[in-house]
Amino acid sequence: MKNSFGPGALALLNEIKTKYPTGRAAIMPALYVAQEEFGWLMPEALEAVADCLELPEMTVRSTATFYSMYRHRKAGRNVIRICTNVSCMVLGARTLKGVLEGLYGVAPGGVSPDGRFSLEIADCIGACGSGPAMLVNDDLHTGLDAKKIIEVLENYK
Amino acid sequence: MTRYLLDVVENRSIGEYERAGGYQGLGKALSMEPGQVIEEVKKSGLRGRGGAGFPTGMKWMFAAGDPKSPKYIACNADEGEPGTFKDKAILDENPHLLIEGMAIAGHALKAELGYIYLRGEYLKEKDILETAISQARASGYLGENIMGSGKRFDVHVHLGAGAYICGEETALIDSLEGKRGQPRLKPPFPVNSGLWGSPTIVNNVETLANLPFIVREGAGRYVRIGDPGCPGNKLFPVSGHVERPGVYELPMGTTLREIIYEHAGGIKNGKTLKAVIPGGISAPVLPPGLIDCPMDFVSVQKQGSMLGSGGVMVFDEDTCIVRVAHRALEFFERESCGKCTPCREGTGWLRGILERIETRQGREGDIRLLEDVSKNITGNTFCPLGDGAAAAVLGFLMHFREEFAEHIKNGCPFGPDDLNPYHYNPVQP
Ligand SMILES: Cc1cc2nc3c(=O)[nH]c(=O)nc-3n(C[C@H](O)[C@H](O)[C@H](O)COP(=O)(O)O)c2cc1C
Ligand code: FES
Repeated sequence: MKNSFGPGALALLNEIKTKYPTGRAAIMPALYVAQEEFGWLMPEALEAVADCLELPEMTVRSTATFYSMYRHRKAGRNVIRICTNVSCMVLGARTLKGVLEGLYGVAPGGVSPDGRFSLEIADCIGACGSGPAMLVNDDLHTGLDAKKIIEVLENYK
Repeated sequence: MTRYLLDVVENRSIGEYERAGGYQGLGKALSMEPGQVIEEVKKSGLRGRGGAGFPTGMKWMFAAGDPKSPKYIACNADEGEPGTFKDKAILDENPHLLIEGMAIAGHALKAELGYIYLRGEYLKEKDILETAISQARASGYLGENIMGSGKRFDVHVHLGAGAYICGEETALIDSLEGKRGQPRLKPPFPVNSGLWGSPTIVNNVETLANLPFIVREGAGRYVRIGDPGCPGNKLFPVSGHVERPGVYELPMGTTLREIIYEHAGGIKNGKTLKAVIPGGISAPVLPPGLIDCPMDFVSVQKQGSMLGSGGVMVFDEDTCIVRVAHRALEFFERESCGKCTPCREGTGWLRGILERIETRQGREGDIRLLEDVSKNITGNTFCPLGDGAAAAVLGFLMHFREEFAEHIKNGCPFGPDDLNPYHYNPVQP
């Protein structure tokens, strides 16, 4: 486990800092960098962000705990965020959630026993016109049905 | 009809955009005094496309009139309203339109810096925007001495992290400052005290994307498009049970019927229309009898709903309205920021009551109770999130009361939503 930023991340953080008049405003992008670097926002990650921005750790933690896309637990190797909001729901998104639960043994908020997938329920990801939709890591997949979702997930090991 | 938001350029390249007249609006704006640009925007009658429909020129005038500086331009690209994916269409197809719009706003407000608050899920759009911003810098439309005018203006992208409330303008400002995204008490309004206490304009992506056309072609031409009271084109993202879901650019005031039946191809699989939400999940539902309503801020409000984001969500005859209402409230409960009690507690109550109605545990007075809780939320919350939740519930009850009563009496008559853990199949032989 690393407990400080590597050179690549530091360069990125220095660039981020130039975009804002205050260090505090750089917290959100810095948290993304830390999440990428550490895997999730473990206490060391929050401390590293606080050090880098010269802020109290509490200030960083207060921001980090407000937003749902920051992870405070170890995640699976791939993070699935499936939308079950209304436009996707009426096209069958809840069935798909069930498929994932059955096939990979992963419930919303959890990680599959083999550590391959985390499952999160998303609330509209701006793909309502081609739902049901999900994000796997950074990739958007749309027009899902029970068959397609399994095919798509085969590509994430 | 004239289209100026979507389908303007073949690809996203800056060259294509310039050939289609891109950045001429900025050039023209820079040759005008900032006050003249604001005057032109006021004359255009442009109203904000983020949901509230506030007159853009007036907002700008307030910010320009504040003696404090620096001033900031904040573009609201949080697009969190379920059923809404129109700003994404602009970013995907035509990102320079937004950048040009922001630069025009920058000149009008004498601001030198703008931020695009982009929702966390729009990672592809983040790349598109950052590429477009670099292109614009390289071509002299952003950065120092833009278009040789001696003015400077630059734009940064700020990625949100999954909080619907950050679409609310004061929460957006707190979030951009690196804080928890909770709404601030107004006044002071952002036009006087926004980012870091400075006068700040918060405008939606689509609002800003209207500016290049307004400035280039003139307010006189713009006011002839759409509805005289509310000019211009509007983007309508259509989802749910239609043959051709997608984003349609149409004159403001196009009827819901035309949008659903002509543009989106009618109801999927030859079924009939049961209900439509006209402006994203916070907008009260409308029954089929009201779809001749023109889609503009005033007309939709007259029907007891709102234009909101323009996100049209269409439901066919087989849709369970209680289930839709329940899912909507699950969303509001989760996204309530927790700052004020009526919203934090009220949304949970509404979701809970809807849940028991859907799972055949509904009680006699539940419809009354839903109304009572909704009315106690309305007008008593810090920001309009709670009002939206309450209005949505009251809308469902107003037009589909019978269906709720039927659920309470006999359970949900629609097929099981198989893996919906809340669902209880009432058909027991
Ligand atoms: C809960 C809530 C969520 C909102 N979400 C958005 C949003 O995602 N995008 C947006 O442009 N406006 C959103 N708004 C409206 C903004 O507060 C604000 O009115 C708008 O950004 C102003 O821009 P405009 O005048 O260009 O419409 C939201 C408002 C509330 C109360
Ligand atoms: S409702 Fe699923 S992406 Fe919008």
